Amino acid sequence: MSHYIDSYDVAVIGAGHAGVEAALAAARLGAKTVLFSISLDNIANLPCNPSIGGTAKGHLVREIDAMGGEMGKAADQCFIQSRMLNRGKGPAVHSLRVQADRVKYHNHMKKICESQENLHVKQAEVTEVHVENGAVKSIVTHLGGEYHCKTAIIATGTYLKGLIHVGDTSYESGPDSTLPSRGLSDSLKSIGIELRRFKTGTPSRVHRRSIDFDKLERQDGDDDIQPFSFETSREGLKNIVPCYIGYTNADTHKVILDNIHRSPMYSGRIEGVGPRYCPSIEDKIKRFSERPRHQLFIEPMGLDTDEYYLQGMSSSLPEDVQIAFLRTIKGLENVEIMRNAYAIEYDCCNPQDLRHTLEFKAIKGLFGAGQFNGTSGYEEAAAQGLIAGINAARSVQGKEMITLTRSSSYIGTLIDDLVIKGCSDPYRMMTSRSEYRLLLRQDNADERLTPLGHEIGLISDERYEKFLEKQAQIKAEIKRVKAKSLAPTDELNALLIEKGTAPIATGLKMNDLIRRPQISYEDLAPFDPERPELSYEVREQVNLQIEYEGYIARQLMEVEHVQKLEEKRLPQPFDYRTIKGLSLEAHEKLNRVQPENIGQASRISGVSPADVSVLIIWLSGQK
Amino acid sequence: MSTIAAISTPRAQGGISVIRISGENALEIAEKIFAPVSTSLTATQMQGYTCAYGNIINGTETVDDGVLTVFRAPKSYTGEDVVEISCHGGIFVTDKVLQLIFANGATPAEAGEFTKRAFLNGKMSLTQAEAVMDVISADGKAGLRCAEALKEGALYRRIKAVSDTTLQLLGSLAAWVDYPDDDIPAVDDEEIFTTLEQAVQNLDQLLSTYDSGRIIREGADTAIVGKPNVGKSTLMNLLSGCERSIVTDIAGTTRDVVEESVRLGDIVLRLSDTAGIHETGDVVESVGVEKALKKLETADLILAVFDMGAEITAEDRELAEKCKGKNAVAILNKSDLEQRFDFSAISDNFSETVTISAGQGEGLDRLKTAIENIYKLANINSDMGILANERQRGCAVKAKASFEEALGALRAGATYDAVNILIDDGENYLLELTGERASEAVVNEVFSRFCVGK
Repeated sequence: MSHYIDSYDVAVIGAGHAGVEAALAAARLGAKTVLFSISLDNIANLPCNPSIGGTAKGHLVREIDAMGGEMGKAADQCFIQSRMLNRGKGPAVHSLRVQADRVKYHNHMKKICESQENLHVKQAEVTEVHVENGAVKSIVTHLGGEYHCKTAIIATGTYLKGLIHVGDTSYESGPDSTLPSRGLSDSLKSIGIELRRFKTGTPSRVHRRSIDFDKLERQDGDDDIQPFSFETSREGLKNIVPCYIGYTNADTHKVILDNIHRSPMYSGRIEGVGPRYCPSIEDKIKRFSERPRHQLFIEPMGLDTDEYYLQGMSSSLPEDVQIAFLRTIKGLENVEIMRNAYAIEYDCCNPQDLRHTLEFKAIKGLFGAGQFNGTSGYEEAAAQGLIAGINAARSVQGKEMITLTRSSSYIGTLIDDLVIKGCSDPYRMMTSRSEYRLLLRQDNADERLTPLGHEIGLISDERYEKFLEKQAQIKAEIKRVKAKSLAPTDELNALLIEKGTAPIATGLKMNDLIRRPQISYEDLAPFDPERPELSYEVREQVNLQIEYEGYIARQLMEVEHVQKLEEKRLPQPFDYRTIKGLSLEAHEKLNRVQPENIGQASRISGVSPADVSVLIIWLSGQK
Repeated sequence: MSTIAAISTPRAQGGISVIRISGENALEIAEKIFAPVSTSLTATQMQGYTCAYGNIINGTETVDDGVLTVFRAPKSYTGEDVVEISCHGGIFVTDKVLQLIFANGATPAEAGEFTKRAFLNGKMSLTQAEAVMDVISADGKAGLRCAEALKEGALYRRIKAVSDTTLQLLGSLAAWVDYPDDDIPAVDDEEIFTTLEQAVQNLDQLLSTYDSGRIIREGADTAIVGKPNVGKSTLMNLLSGCERSIVTDIAGTTRDVVEESVRLGDIVLRLSDTAGIHETGDVVESVGVEKALKKLETADLILAVFDMGAEITAEDRELAEKCKGKNAVAILNKSDLEQRFDFSAISDNFSETVTISAGQGEGLDRLKTAIENIYKLANINSDMGILANERQRGCAVKAKASFEEALGALRAGATYDAVNILIDDGENYLLELTGERASEAVVNEVFSRFCVGK
């Protein structure tokens, strides 16, 4: 029998990266919020890689920060090494990635949650969600405690019916040997939510003293460290530890292939669908059999531990095989495993059942976020948590919920992909998933999202003022640079020739020189004595906005083109079987997803361009 | 949807005109204006695929008599209830019947609306609709073959071959960018250069056949030019003896431009016999000469006629000069007379030369070969897939331009993220070409090319 405990505006189930952002956002927006975790010692745990950011994920963290989320600030506080990836490949794909101290990150986030006004943090397993008249009414814990709530956010990560596999051993468990969430799945099914089974995995953690670092390639962090958060000062940021790179070899591959029958993936004991974009080492060896070696990164788990993480070596092979194949690797000949690699299966929803607000279409006030929605990765989870938290609070307060467009952000792209296209394996963000890469750079996340963050109420007035000042400085400096001519002096031409571009014979506007790929705004400083004193962030924007002006204009045209299809609104709900020209598959998919407009419809897999043409013509006939 | 009506036959004097009505009230409207004589069934009682003879009536007044054909949904062109009324040809009577139909509740059909509805009701695909348009408008046999090939996807396969290589390049770029830690081979400049240059070259080839394709489809706008009395009209008459393809005679005076379409082999020539080009004081004639010169400028094909029996004159030289760089055939007429014309002095201005004796009706075969040479028809194989219309050509041009821009950016030293965007653009245009990327523009474009009544 359940017993009434308390009432909340927002109840967040799960305190991983999605749950923490959701709870903080809701509480900060003034909603009375409760955050449940099966163990408070696992709040914001990094159960896999102790790193934040990476390609496209770094973009997400910057965007979370630009809207007033917490992940970026926490990563800035807890990192032990920082690198900007893809430096040589162009600013659109620069991605910040840090190595974090796992325990410090957890402690930091736990403290942030504990200190947050309007937020109660509770250790309990939520086992039931109660719905009344199509809306969330309450949640019940394993102890029978009933909490009335106007909204609930499910952010259960890999805990939901978690099942760990190592070789032929399997046991019910959450990540990192925590208790799994056992009861909630049945309750969710009973209120009509379709669940499916996904799988992910993690590599082993090994002891520092068993690694021969001399045999590995050392990888240091950047000299000029950039923080994630707009609010973090660049002063005093420093790398504390190096990471290392090693390689598998023919012997490693032989051990794995000889024992592949002992993998639960290949024996068929795992039914969940694994991530295509983050495969286990046995998957990599099977799928890319022509590759003579695979790279692995050896990364410290923190400053107060000797545990090292072996990125790239995720596996579900038995313990003895894990030891055997690791010991074939140069530098790991005597390796001592502290935590074994494992695969974990868990329940998650079909995100096509969600709206772009992350609320379930069928149940008012019920939201999903993070791995529960079919994604993979801390950053993807945090991004969804932020949006779900904001929308839960806004719906309680009677405000219109927010949605982000694909052209506004990676967050918008992520959610649109999930809700419209759905996912058949754990979804990982990648820069190639955004068609607007040159607009959605990690360096301009504030320009894209901070005005919205401020309007919602997650960005302080003080920060917003600073943001406006930065924008004004960028604008003024670009204007000045466009008006300023440089004379064809010998010194300038010497620089141009040195940089591999043509010298000039007559005076040229400064922006025309910056537009040359070889020349940056910084390069011209010696020839530009009136240049004002500007911050790195402002100078960076001036350079990029001039250098990429043409490409940016091109992308904006594409945004406009697509916008036209987004403006063509489709009726909701609607039975698409009444339109005869559509293919059978389009009927089914459209009826399931119920897109809001033609643009969304065109992105549903199974809806062909011919089907979209039918919709366009059909719609024009409705007027 | 509303019930629409339009005249489906050309708006011209002819034996029969057909008016088509489509929509849920098509049968009711037909019943009000059609009094059957051959059957006791009224329009709403008739079955699909049946006809009736009767009177077209406006209340008690009989406007015309004709045949009513009933098609019941979904077994009709549009997939809706359709009636077709065959009445007596002539613009006046047909218009009167159409007005009567509008007065009884139908609305005028927009261009392509019948086909749009057919498409919407699942009767045909978008590319089929586009091909239908080409079949309708194909003038020559080769044109029809190309349109048929389009329906079967020859162009699609050709474009796909190009887009597959660029797509693969995009895949490599994406993997390299998204997995910086994964030991993925770096994409180098050379790989991008090779792929894009090949793509540009393939698109170039495709575009180079567009003109030939257009000539096959639409026919060549042909000007017959030359001094007075060199045999232009005789050539015109000789050609007119060829099989006529379409009746589009436009009457004019002998000093004006006369147009007529004839088929020579696979090509339809839209002929203009022009006034003789020479200096003239005659006002009426000078208007004709002006027109002739203008025609020479705009024509697809010039047939420049010279008299072999006469000395070359300054006027001949001037005419030859004007033919330079154009698709021009020198026609050396009166080959049966004593040869006094020094053609070698001007031969460089012509891509093809044909000797004929128009008066004897001899040399047509050689002319046909010459024209086919000019349009490189031997190279056009209807199976290879050619660009069929302006929309497709536009996509190919834009795709090529995007790839060229990407090459330019790369040469200038731009970073791969920028180059990547340009390749993305090119790829999108190719997908738009094959219909794999839908946009409103495509749909509008396809249907806007239909004429009302189709």
